[in-house]
Amino acid sequence: MKKASYAIFLLTSLVIMPLDVLAQSGSGINLATSLIIATVIIAFGAIVFVADNLLQLESRRQLSDKDIEIDASLLPKTIKGGVDLPSYIPKERFIHLNRGFDINLEGKPEKRTVETPFVTRYSVLPTDFRGIAPIPKVVPVDGDNILAGDELFFDKRNPEIKFVAPVSGEFMGIERGEKRAIHEVNILADKEIRYRELPAIDLATAERSDLISYLMKYGGWVHLRQRPFDTIPEPNETPRDIFISTFDTAPLAPDLNYTLAGENAAFQAGIDLLNKLTDGKIYLGLDGRGKDLPSDVFLNARNVEKYWFKGKHPAGNVGVQIHHIKPIKKGDVVWYLHPNDVVILGRMLTERRYNTERLVAFTGAEISPNVYMRTRPGANLSDLLSAFKFETDHVRYISGDVLSGDKKEREGFLSFWDDQLTVVLEGDYYEMFGWLLPQAVRPSLSKTFPGFLLPDLEFRADTNAHGERRAFVVTGQYEQVLPMDVYPQHLIKAIITNDFERMEGLGIYEMSEEDIAICEFVCTSKMPLQEILREGLEIVNE
Amino acid sequence: MKQKLLDTINKFEPDKSKSPFLWTLYDGLHTFLFAPNHVTKRGVHIRDNMDLKRTMVHVVLLLQLCYLFGTYNIGHQHFLAIGEYTGFLEGFHLKLLYGFWQLLPIFIVAHVVGLAIEFYYAAKKGHSIEEGFLVSGALIPMIMPPDLPLWILAVSVAFAVIIGKEAFGGTGMNIWNVALLSRVFVFFAYPTEISGDEVWVAGLESTFPGSAVEYGWIHLVLFNGLFEWAGWATFDPGWQVADGFTGATPLALAFQGGWDAVTEVYSQAAMIWGTIPGSIGETSKPLIVIAAIFLGVVGIASWRIMLGMLLGTIFTGVLLNLWGATPFMTVPWYHHIYIGSFLFALAFMATDPVTAASTNRGKWVYGFLIGFFGLIIRILNPAYPEGWMLAILLMNTFSPLIDHLVLRKNMQKRLASA
Repeated sequence: MKKASYAIFLLTSLVIMPLDVLAQSGSGINLATSLIIATVIIAFGAIVFVADNLLQLESRRQLSDKDIEIDASLLPKTIKGGVDLPSYIPKERFIHLNRGFDINLEGKPEKRTVETPFVTRYSVLPTDFRGIAPIPKVVPVDGDNILAGDELFFDKRNPEIKFVAPVSGEFMGIERGEKRAIHEVNILADKEIRYRELPAIDLATAERSDLISYLMKYGGWVHLRQRPFDTIPEPNETPRDIFISTFDTAPLAPDLNYTLAGENAAFQAGIDLLNKLTDGKIYLGLDGRGKDLPSDVFLNARNVEKYWFKGKHPAGNVGVQIHHIKPIKKGDVVWYLHPNDVVILGRMLTERRYNTERLVAFTGAEISPNVYMRTRPGANLSDLLSAFKFETDHVRYISGDVLSGDKKEREGFLSFWDDQLTVVLEGDYYEMFGWLLPQAVRPSLSKTFPGFLLPDLEFRADTNAHGERRAFVVTGQYEQVLPMDVYPQHLIKAIITNDFERMEGLGIYEMSEEDIAICEFVCTSKMPLQEILREGLEIVNE
Repeated sequence: MKQKLLDTINKFEPDKSKSPFLWTLYDGLHTFLFAPNHVTKRGVHIRDNMDLKRTMVHVVLLLQLCYLFGTYNIGHQHFLAIGEYTGFLEGFHLKLLYGFWQLLPIFIVAHVVGLAIEFYYAAKKGHSIEEGFLVSGALIPMIMPPDLPLWILAVSVAFAVIIGKEAFGGTGMNIWNVALLSRVFVFFAYPTEISGDEVWVAGLESTFPGSAVEYGWIHLVLFNGLFEWAGWATFDPGWQVADGFTGATPLALAFQGGWDAVTEVYSQAAMIWGTIPGSIGETSKPLIVIAAIFLGVVGIASWRIMLGMLLGTIFTGVLLNLWGATPFMTVPWYHHIYIGSFLFALAFMATDPVTAASTNRGKWVYGFLIGFFGLIIRILNPAYPEGWMLAILLMNTFSPLIDHLVLRKNMQKRLASA
């Protein structure tokens, strides 16, 4: 509708403007002539529109028996307005996000799974969880034999919420970081994982409180996350709704249709469990970009509200989807989960064991082959990476994607939430006149680089910052890539100036680091937006 | 080669704690020659290739179009005044050289004064040099009359950079457009130097017919010598201002006698192509339009502001045409687009991202109001028939208010539904 009104405005102004000029110039062209010109323009437009419609009708008739769709139209798509939806997307549940930016990097994962080398060490990293004390209470002592699903540690403020072992093996103690904070809780893994058997629970009869204590006791609770603040939810709070995004638009993201194929039963069990935990609804954000049909794991999910999203990154971020489905107001608490975590919760019911196995994508141009591997979060990276070839070791390992993932050492561990490992080149080089004439093609939002003319060009990115930090100068850039009705730059300024009222008014409760990460990528002034946003969230959380 | 150069440069690194000013200079040069080797630390792991240097340099590069034409036009106007070589391509080398020699000191003074202040404050605050003055320094010569005394230029640049920018905290913090502030300083502090007719045409004692032209020894000795040797035409110290020359700008004429008075002196083509007297950079409309379209398409200048300003001007122009009380009001609105410095202000001045409104909706309003007020000042103000400088500075002042209103609407919407 909006596009149609633009078109009408444009047409009328096109007609009126020359009329005015011609009428006033008095150079022999009178009003009658100008009217004739206007009529000709309108008539021509009408002919084009009619012809276009006839063409489309004819093409549809001709192709009706064939299973292909051709966009037979005289007008380019952007002028026509509206979007042609694939037939599986209901129009009223479809949200088209115009703004966003896809960073097209080299090293996308192929849909192929290779055998996992034996991973000797696993580690649960307390730093992966937001909102817990830096020194949790560790339960086993060194040398203890533990099963997958056995209690490892708990937060002293919420001793009911247990963090459990992802694998069975020998407990190897902890590693401390700054201020004695516990950074790693290590396990020497068994060759064959043995699981602690969980008690059966019947969803049909179970009370909400039973389910909560079950999840807290057996390690499922920590897979839930709440907005605002991205913390582990408080057990006594009931979420307004629960949101799950079933596709990932981040650079080099794994294809969840592939990684979760065949998990129908566990996914549905997880959904049913979650339905018991909220009085609201469970919203599923589905991939409406139209390239791939979403996997039947998501398509056939029951007891959920499905919304379809089309757009560039961050259209797949759950924060953006929440904003468009049902925004978070002050005082609201919603939960969100990654589909992987839904499956883990489901497996607790169907398999009756704590099984965090998942397909992890190994992405980035510096690592080959780019494939999937079945492993668990907390796996030691050097063990996993022994199966890959590297051209150089001057690289950065990132658990997660290049925008909001964690930097890891080669001896580090896969983060708790991640199903992607990205390897990019370290960019600590000087580039002569690099700001004027870059010597390599690199991803950029800016059209001063010719890269925007080749939308399919894949870039080989590195970690060079390409410039120094500056004050805010350029405006409107963040809005261009963040498909939310917020003013990111003004929100960030409100955080810097500690303006509490503005932070709330401009929607800080709806924001999370992964949402603003794309703004940080495009930022001309090289501002650390994720860091500033987190500071702001800490301030309003207090 | 690159590594060798890098090593050589690194050898000269001064001690930051002992001589912060030298270090700032060194750092400025270093980051100019080499994009630094900084890597991302927290947050995103890869960054866009765009940085502030590149943003700014694109504006400067497009300004070179105006510089080229401006250089030539200084000479061209000079020769039109004395009635010699009045054809566009006649005496080309004389005009280009004359213009260049006139422009060079302005360019140097603007940059030396501005950059020195910028470097001093960067050293004092201990941060690296910010690129803001790259654009301001390139813009300032463009909006000055070619015959402006250099000491006035120096004072105005110092005023604009110190009071207009550094007092507010440097690049990105200023409220008013630095280049315009320097011009408004000249305008109010030395009104006779900028509003008289003589200054728009360089090198004349006065615009009365018969008055002499001024050439320095550089022209008469050095360049004439060179040209004679090459067998080309030379400067003649005996030239005088020709009969019938007024030196008045189209706007002054329009104010007095409407559109007819303008077209008596200047042809429409001359006003569009830019072979008329005026500030150095603003006369050639096609080149400015090219620059505006480029900046808008690549997203360095906001197309919203430019379009808003165009619409505001057309709207006001039509309104005043309907009113038609003075000769200037009867000038048809579409002529206002290419007379005066409207297009230059639209492409380079109004779109300064720091001083403009920063919300997308605010940019429409901001642009529209500049167009509105600019044309009001141009047409209704009896003292000085050009309005963009004052209109832009006025809207610079109000752009935080526009943003505030836009943000408040967003905040109210969010809080209302809570």
